[in-house]
Amino acid sequence: MNAPNKSGWKPGTPTDATSAMNGPDTVTGNRALMLEEPLIFEIGDSETTGVDFAFASRLDLAGVEQPKQPTAASEHRSRLGGLDRAEKIELPGLSEPETVRHYTRLSRQNYAIDLGLFPLGSCTMKHNPRLNEKVARLPGFADVHPLQPVSTVRGALEVINELAFWLIELTGMHGVAMSPKAGAHGELCGILCIRAALEARGDAREVVLVPESAHGTNPATAAFAGYRVEDIPANADGRVDLEALKARLGPDVAAVMITNPNTCGLFEPDMKAISDAVHEAGGFVYCDGANFNAIVGKVRPGDLGVDAMHINLHKTFSTPHGGGGPGSGPVVLSEALSPFAPLPYTARTDDGTVHLVEEEDAESFAQEHYGTTMQSFGRMTAFHGQMGMFTRALTYILSHGADGLKQVAEDAVLNANYVLRSCEDVLHAPFAKSGPCMHEALFGDKGFGGELTTLDLAKGMIDEGFHPMTMYFPLVVHGAMLIEPTETESKASLDQFIAALRHVSSRAMDGDEGLKSAPYYAPRRRLDETQAARKPVLAWEEPEAPSGTPTQSERGGR
Amino acid sequence: MRYLPLTDSDRGDMLATIGVSDIDDLFVDVPAEARLSGPIEGLPTHASEMAVEKHMRRLSKKNLAAADAAFFCGAGAYRHHVPATVDHIIQRGEFLTAYTPYQPEIAQGTLQMLFEFQSQVAKLYGCAVANASMYDGSTACWEAVAMAGRVTKKKRVVLSGALHPHYAEVVKTMAKFTEDEIAGGLPSMQGSPDDAGLIERIDENTSCVVVQYPDILGRISDLTEIADAAHKKGALLIVVNTEPVALGAIKAPGEMGADIVVGEGQSIGVGLQFGGPYLGLFAVRDPKHVRQMPGRLCGETVDAEGKRGFVLTLSTREQHIRREKATSNICTNSGLCALAFSVHMTLLGEKGLRTLAAENHRLACLAADKLDAIPGVRVLNDAFFNEFTVVLERDARELVRDLAEDDILAGVSLGRLFPHEEALSGGLLVAVTETASEEDIDALCSAISENMA
Ligand SMILES: Cc1ncc(COP(=O)(O)O)c(C=O)c1O
Repeated sequence: MNAPNKSGWKPGTPTDATSAMNGPDTVTGNRALMLEEPLIFEIGDSETTGVDFAFASRLDLAGVEQPKQPTAASEHRSRLGGLDRAEKIELPGLSEPETVRHYTRLSRQNYAIDLGLFPLGSCTMKHNPRLNEKVARLPGFADVHPLQPVSTVRGALEVINELAFWLIELTGMHGVAMSPKAGAHGELCGILCIRAALEARGDAREVVLVPESAHGTNPATAAFAGYRVEDIPANADGRVDLEALKARLGPDVAAVMITNPNTCGLFEPDMKAISDAVHEAGGFVYCDGANFNAIVGKVRPGDLGVDAMHINLHKTFSTPHGGGGPGSGPVVLSEALSPFAPLPYTARTDDGTVHLVEEEDAESFAQEHYGTTMQSFGRMTAFHGQMGMFTRALTYILSHGADGLKQVAEDAVLNANYVLRSCEDVLHAPFAKSGPCMHEALFGDKGFGGELTTLDLAKGMIDEGFHPMTMYFPLVVHGAMLIEPTETESKASLDQFIAALRHVSSRAMDGDEGLKSAPYYAPRRRLDETQAARKPVLAWEEPEAPSGTPTQSERGGR
Repeated sequence: MRYLPLTDSDRGDMLATIGVSDIDDLFVDVPAEARLSGPIEGLPTHASEMAVEKHMRRLSKKNLAAADAAFFCGAGAYRHHVPATVDHIIQRGEFLTAYTPYQPEIAQGTLQMLFEFQSQVAKLYGCAVANASMYDGSTACWEAVAMAGRVTKKKRVVLSGALHPHYAEVVKTMAKFTEDEIAGGLPSMQGSPDDAGLIERIDENTSCVVVQYPDILGRISDLTEIADAAHKKGALLIVVNTEPVALGAIKAPGEMGADIVVGEGQSIGVGLQFGGPYLGLFAVRDPKHVRQMPGRLCGETVDAEGKRGFVLTLSTREQHIRREKATSNICTNSGLCALAFSVHMTLLGEKGLRTLAAENHRLACLAADKLDAIPGVRVLNDAFFNEFTVVLERDARELVRDLAEDDILAGVSLGRLFPHEEALSGGLLVAVTETASEEDIDALCSAISENMA
């Protein structure tokens, strides 16, 4: 073989760190494909615009209809009531090519699922199919107003109903509130249903029990709804301590909020017994469904006595996270809670149909189907929820079907256990002995050498080309590292990740101080978060002109 | 199953590495009676890309797309032309498939964009600081009310009757659980909002006054007096804006003394999408209120080599740190919609935004004059931006339904927004943006005059 690459190097071969990035300084600050990008406020100005307006143009193309000569504004007096915005707004504009380049350059400073494994535990960073994007952009979905007459949006309502049907079937629940905008909004929806149900029976309860391992949104939600939050004790295996929970239950407990599979990545084997005990004490069971991906198509929360559970469509059902949202958090509900669902909502009636119920017909629907007056706790958001996410999630669900979704759960769990068992000899895995994990593997920082921390390990993973795992969550494990590979990773990708994690873990165990300064190869070195919080700079401000006469170079160019 | 890379032989090898023989050995913690043995019965199985697309396309065809109609709907969601660049950029995988920027060294793209977005929103609203987005305008409105309660330690909330009814409903729903006392009402069917009446309702126990600008009927008035009156009683003024394009033509709420400005950002960069996902905007005029704000904030800092960089900051306000004491339970927000807004706003720039706003206003004035000339139709507003109310001598809701048969989406009837309110049933909200042609306006006018009887 006379290939130029005689050493046999190929991607995946370790590089000699000392040889990398050791060239001379550059005058631009760029390093080839590592391109720095100023703020729009530094490169744009108020006079530039990247948009041409039809009415400002003089189109004169053969075969193209001439726009009517626009009626001059002066023929119609301005109706702004003297409120014209006189002051400069100072919004910078860029031409279209500059705009494309600005954001494309910025985009390259991001890690993303499209670039590699993104093992953020609890966040379910799975592949986002592009068919979903295509479907959501069909004009019949993307270009429809929420308040068009119902006769013109039948298809949109069918999408909501069809997705609602799937969510109900997959969870074995009775109804579903589709309007919540994300997981935390769904939690609020569920807790408010519970509160409304309790109030309807004249039962004012004050406490919501939440495990210490719960996601921060759980206690924040319960507090927002006016409840006092108390801890649920955990046992040494990282599960809810059933006996201790039973002992705490009583007439003051409105609900327990349980995450299942829990945030340690473990299934709560006593879930049914927990639900029974809570129900017996007159309370309700809220299940945080953020981890539904582990059991979708395998286990139905309705069979475990759950009363309300939100489903993050942006986790289990593959709608993109978009750098922080938007999400969607439909809440499936038990028969006891369904009547209290927010408006608008969907519910399945005995004849098997799923209805969309809004303010106008809420009363008549309740009379007809529940034989009571309307009991909905009210409205949580304008309009009907995250339609753009519904179309994506339904597209995903139909692509997988019942068999594919079951396979999703199985592969997600398989991948996580593979990581767990491939790394438990080099990293402390606090619950590994109690059996398999579900869709995520949990490790702690026990045994790290020197002053090294979970943060250091995470930053070391960045240099290896991976997004780090979730750090310091759940709170119940010291220096927690929660790894959720998801089912959309190949074995080859997992093997490379495992090799990297094993390597960085041994460095951490050995007290390799070099990790303290990682990452070395990211667009930025470690950022000073203390300074950011101490003297917050949260918006662009024009820098004050330096005193003195500007030099020639300062005056010229932009 | 095209989204699943593992092969059966991979699965076998991996099970062997784990040390179990069957996948169900990994589900042992699930009690046997709760474990399903096969795929859930009665549900379809996996389908090809082509088959799924066909199904979804068929559903989409049952909707009347705005582009296929003469279109005048508004009431909190507006149709504007979104440049092709916007959709291209938000589909770049590095933005689309990233998470909340928890690891700033490899999320500078999202973070710098958020810093720019926050700055754009702050300038648009005439405020000092904006956050990195909320779910939508209605939830941002409630969060502002909750924040006012924290700042003033008072519980009485005065809502303008001309606040979007969905927004008012969200506030009322949430207030039931926080024991805030809500004083609301219906919009007065007058040419100008009843500011004097609103001012009268402010008292010493008032935490905040919530005013929409332009209001639900499209009316606009100077808010300075309301701001002064609120401040005299120790209350905050919350201004809600559902049409950000308007602020390219009319004074910013911050300029008139608003303490918290919230709104819907959908108009800029985010399409109609049947109501969501949208983009909640949230800003405060006085930086001293920053630590009471809900949601994520992106701030400037430096890295270990002294280079400028951005991070999420002041997170001790947030649920993941403060848990039950957080200022809000929000976690996932509307990041990608914020990107769409920011890209569109960058393309527009001040010049483009002002031109766009002027064109919206010009067309709305044109439509208002033409409609006002129709017998049985009267324009209510003294002032407006791109949306106004006409009062018809017949039920507007029925008229809207009738005209929809001919692919004319004439607007949003007040009967749809305020069902069961007889006095409002003749009201029709007409929004006119740059997407409406003068031909569309003529079509609307002739259809209305033909259908007045
Ligand atoms: C366990 C858990 N609960 C709740 C949430 C909140 O969901 P969202 O971010 O969609 O509001 C998350 C997501 O981060 C989570 O991981």
